[in-house]
Amino acid sequence: MTLLSVEGLNKRFGGVVAAKDVSFALAAGEMLAIIGPNGAGKSTTFNMVGGQLRPDTGRVLLDGQDITGQPPRQVCKLGVGRTFQVAQTFLSMSILGNVQMALIAHHGRTRDLISDAATLYRTEALALLARVGMESDADRPIGELAYGDVKRVELAIALAAAPKLLLMDEPTAGMAPRERASLMQLTADIARGQGIGVLFTEHDMDAVFAHADRILVLVRGEVIAEGSPESVRANPEVQRVYLGQSGHKAALRARRAAHG
Amino acid sequence: MAGFTFTRRTALAAGTGLVAGLRPGMAPAQGAPIKIGELNSYSRMAAFAVPYRNAIQLAADAINQAGGVMGGRPLEFVFRDDGSTPGDAVRVAEDLLTREGCAFLAGTFLSNVGLAVSDFANQRKKLFLATEPLTDALTMAQGNRYTWRLRPGTYMQTRMVVEAARGKTAKRWAIVAPNYEYGQSAAANFKKLIGTAIPGAEIVAEQYPALGRVDAGATVGALAQARPDGIFNVLFGPDLTAFVREGNTRGLFERRLVLSLLTGEPEYMLPLGDECPDGWITTGYPWEQVEEASHKAFIAAYRARFNDTPRKGSVLGYVTAQVVASLLNKANSTETEALVDALADLPTQTIVGNVTMRGLDHQGTMGTWVGETVLRGRTGTMRNARYADGANYLFPEDEVRAARPRA
Amino acid sequence: MDLGFLLVQSLSGLASASSLFVIASGLTLVFGVTRIVNFAHGSFYMLGAYVAVTVVPWLLDFDRSPLLFFCGVLISAAVVGLLGVLMEILLLRRLYKVPELFQLLATFGVVLMVQDAVLWLWGPVEIPGPRAPGLRHGVEILGQRFPAYELFLICVGPAVLGLLWLLMHKTRFGILIRAATRDREMVGALGVNQALLFTGTLFLGAFLAGLGGALQIPRVSASSQMDLSIITEAFVVTVIGGMGSVPGAFLAAVLIGQLNSFGVLIFPKITLVLVFLLMAVVLVVKPWGLLGRPEPAAGRAALPEGVLAMPRFGVWEKAIAAVAVLATLAVPVFGDAYTVKVVTEVLIFALAAFSLNLLVGHGGIVSFGHAAYFGLGAYAAGLLVTKGGLPMEPALIAAPIAGAAFAALFGFFIVRLSGIYLAMLTLAFAQIAYAVCFQWVEVTGGDNGVVGVWPSPWARSREVFHYLVAICCILGIIGLRRVAYAPFGATLRAARDSEQRADAIGVDVRRHRWLAFTLAGGAAGLAGGLYAFSKGSIDPTLLSIPMSIDFLAMILLGGMQTVMGAVAGAAAFHTIKDFFMPLTDHWRFFLGASIIALVLIFPRGLSGAYGALRRRA
Repeated sequence: MTLLSVEGLNKRFGGVVAAKDVSFALAAGEMLAIIGPNGAGKSTTFNMVGGQLRPDTGRVLLDGQDITGQPPRQVCKLGVGRTFQVAQTFLSMSILGNVQMALIAHHGRTRDLISDAATLYRTEALALLARVGMESDADRPIGELAYGDVKRVELAIALAAAPKLLLMDEPTAGMAPRERASLMQLTADIARGQGIGVLFTEHDMDAVFAHADRILVLVRGEVIAEGSPESVRANPEVQRVYLGQSGHKAALRARRAAHG
Repeated sequence: MAGFTFTRRTALAAGTGLVAGLRPGMAPAQGAPIKIGELNSYSRMAAFAVPYRNAIQLAADAINQAGGVMGGRPLEFVFRDDGSTPGDAVRVAEDLLTREGCAFLAGTFLSNVGLAVSDFANQRKKLFLATEPLTDALTMAQGNRYTWRLRPGTYMQTRMVVEAARGKTAKRWAIVAPNYEYGQSAAANFKKLIGTAIPGAEIVAEQYPALGRVDAGATVGALAQARPDGIFNVLFGPDLTAFVREGNTRGLFERRLVLSLLTGEPEYMLPLGDECPDGWITTGYPWEQVEEASHKAFIAAYRARFNDTPRKGSVLGYVTAQVVASLLNKANSTETEALVDALADLPTQTIVGNVTMRGLDHQGTMGTWVGETVLRGRTGTMRNARYADGANYLFPEDEVRAARPRA
Repeated sequence: MDLGFLLVQSLSGLASASSLFVIASGLTLVFGVTRIVNFAHGSFYMLGAYVAVTVVPWLLDFDRSPLLFFCGVLISAAVVGLLGVLMEILLLRRLYKVPELFQLLATFGVVLMVQDAVLWLWGPVEIPGPRAPGLRHGVEILGQRFPAYELFLICVGPAVLGLLWLLMHKTRFGILIRAATRDREMVGALGVNQALLFTGTLFLGAFLAGLGGALQIPRVSASSQMDLSIITEAFVVTVIGGMGSVPGAFLAAVLIGQLNSFGVLIFPKITLVLVFLLMAVVLVVKPWGLLGRPEPAAGRAALPEGVLAMPRFGVWEKAIAAVAVLATLAVPVFGDAYTVKVVTEVLIFALAAFSLNLLVGHGGIVSFGHAAYFGLGAYAAGLLVTKGGLPMEPALIAAPIAGAAFAALFGFFIVRLSGIYLAMLTLAFAQIAYAVCFQWVEVTGGDNGVVGVWPSPWARSREVFHYLVAICCILGIIGLRRVAYAPFGATLRAARDSEQRADAIGVDVRRHRWLAFTLAGGAAGLAGGLYAFSKGSIDPTLLSIPMSIDFLAMILLGGMQTVMGAVAGAAAFHTIKDFFMPLTDHWRFFLGASIIALVLIFPRGLSGAYGALRRRA
């Protein structure tokens, strides 16, 4: 069934068209990648889904419910978790504290003036950290972690809200190649295992073709192709404007490696 | 006492002689000192308060040389900065009373500080001799049994300059006053009193720049636009300098009568330098024109000891010490109730003549000089100055009875 | 009103604007490059005037020529510029690595020291400067006389603006200043000698402040209080214009000059509050000032300034806390009457400072106007007792309610902003509240305030009142500490660490900051109510800027990165002040010196130093 349905989004910044009639749909448990050259409108589209930007026209439906223009905190409450291109965490807190904080927010207890925050949702937080493989470091300050591990924690934070949909903006940006693959694999396992839909943008074609179920190609704010990795790879328009010859080969290589 | 050479020794002797006149032949004071807690804005208002403190010290030394107070005990003033805020002042007052063991409190400069200390004294049932605060609330609406004020307040000083304008013809008046209690109540008193001195007088403009932040150009422009015949000025300090300069350049004071509070005091006259305006009717202190012998001796002693000319604050300081000494001698006790009873209608012969602490409103009859400003050489002074005895400018008795809370 | 008058009044406004701009441009440049909120800028202005009234008459003794006059003005400005360099090298350079607020505290220490140094050097009497030769006269304009010197001043503003534009666009130094203003990290990355750039900027900033002061001497005399009167206005101008924007400062100065010039015609008392009203309106409508840019989001993840670790009390801490509480309770038994009084006040300030640290340390909401809620609490209690005839007990309940209510009202607008603009809006609201208390004489008693605010008979003795204060404040502090450890406190820190992340996990950041503001306002209001009863009076100084700065100084001295630092800071600050005040008239100098010394020795505050000690042990 359709989890996320995006219908005819348009956004202009001054004279620049950042998104033009963008429509797509995403099913539960499916991973959809948005790719495109720099300035193609990936982040704009992404932020319109996540609530950071309000579209000029068009609708965003989550489980059939209209969430267009809702602020991120509202979108979160409706079941959308998100990670950022530059990881956003609570630097003054421990790894565990970060996840506990997300759980406190998810359970609507942020205005609790009495309880001891350090003891709340400890078990749940440890379980979430275990899912991303970070439970052994739970009490370390998050500032000490390597960037790849921070990204894993950020995934745990996003999962704390028990989301139906994960929005991941360039999840592997700034990471070493080995870390990238393992983070994407982890994401894919969790998404498929729990039926969470994942919408992500990515520059790293290896990651895209290895893990995406479908791919949406944006150029200058317009969708020029959509479909399975194979069909997108075969699309001559995509090859011309975006992937190029070397990209094509990389895509093949990645696919083989993933299913190898 | 003519023909002094101003050495420190003779000056001290002169100072000693002033009070020694009261108790001839006494030996210097001995024994445990009687302590008076003196708190004032020595840091923020040093221009006024430091000469004041100097003169108190001068007087206290003279008094002690001449045998002290209460039958031979030395008089000691414990000086403290009041922090210039009511909060700090009340803490300092507590310190003076409890740790320093002072018999009573004296001093303060700012009106809000004076009022807070006055109320504190009322609460602790300790005497407070407010020397400098000008606000009339101290002796009127918020007066209490334990608070007495020495210096002529806003009402008295306003009345002095207004009555000096009697017979003038200026009908249209503009007021410029700093935007705080002293300025506001001086303006209110002026409005109330000017009609009695000049029938048919009306107020055509009022300006209340923030204290210390006068925008002189805009203020002078606004006043001139109202085309007044006379101006009542309450600005002082840096505000006054800026106002006078701007007014001089723009011709605001030409062919206009100006009444001004405090401008003739050396504290405010000296900084004006050769910009001192001519012919303003003002209160002040032309120390070089004083004729009275004991006062001249005080001036000589002050100049010799501090190598500076006396300020208005110095006169007040000296008179303060004289009144305190006379109070202690009369009460012959440091017990508060005895002191308060003794202070009521207590007359003291001071360097400015007789000063009586009127029992009705706890206001001293100390006066000030009223005259016209004039530039002599490179500094301003006063001409046609006369000492206006405060006794003639007190609040009418029925007004006091209506305003003071019943004890 | 005739045309001539309107023109001349407008010219008066332009002359004031011009002077204000020269000063504010220096402040905005220094902020843009170094991000230091330089309180000492007003002191540089004052020093400019004092140096000028010393140097210029000496020069004019040789020859009363306009040339020598202006040489004297420039020399004075250069001298002050060098003093700025001195401050940068001796003080600020050692503080670039510590939280920005500590630099603010250090410059505040400089303000206190310069105030008393000026009194030492030049004496307490204000010193008028000479008039400018050749510009003494008035010029006839449409039948009105206008000072020639002010015509000259009107030209100075645009001239300085033009020269600054040339400097910023045609020199390497200027281009670096612009780059640093836009993105400080980039300059570091470019391999620019940052120390040299900062020193140069401080010279330029202090030079402009000194120039502003020196140019004033033909109009106003040099006095020891001109620093404080100018610094707030200069800040307002830079904020209205947009921090870091020189043209913005010019625009704002002209706006203020004109509003003031014509405002006094309609509201003769407007100067007290006009600039703050304007700032509040501008910030509510344009959160980054007229020509300012949003603060660039940090490109890298930076540790926030504020409470980082939330340690539990160990054995040692429990022992220290127990001893402190016991000592507080034992003071009336063993201490003398005055000690009781001082400890009572320390407790009150500790509660107020602790509530401020909930905002600053935990929430990252820097408030320059916390005294407003302290003072409004005091006014609510005081007025209820004196005018409402109520006893102390209901008045003490009303105090936190009033503090919270006004904090909720002002906070509603304040939490929409961030950074320095937020801080300045807190200041604006505090000043507006101050002005209302100051001006509404019938109700508030004006600047005299209201006396007779004494406790109920049962609590009137020093000792009983001390216990009342001790119970209220200790419980208040324990309660606020609990809040800090509770999910609400964690949420505040989360929103401070990453607003974006907090939003994405479903936190309504503004609403939580608003609630924190209200809560802190309530606690400050309670402290204010207790303070009113301890002093017996209320007056506008309780809401004034110096009071707000005192609270900030307390949390910074104590260490705003720690939960309990505010308490240590309040005790230290009050003790230092109380120690020096009876010793000397120049106690502000020593207070300032102590603050600077503490900032240099304990750049993380007293409790930060304690924490380091504990970790080493």
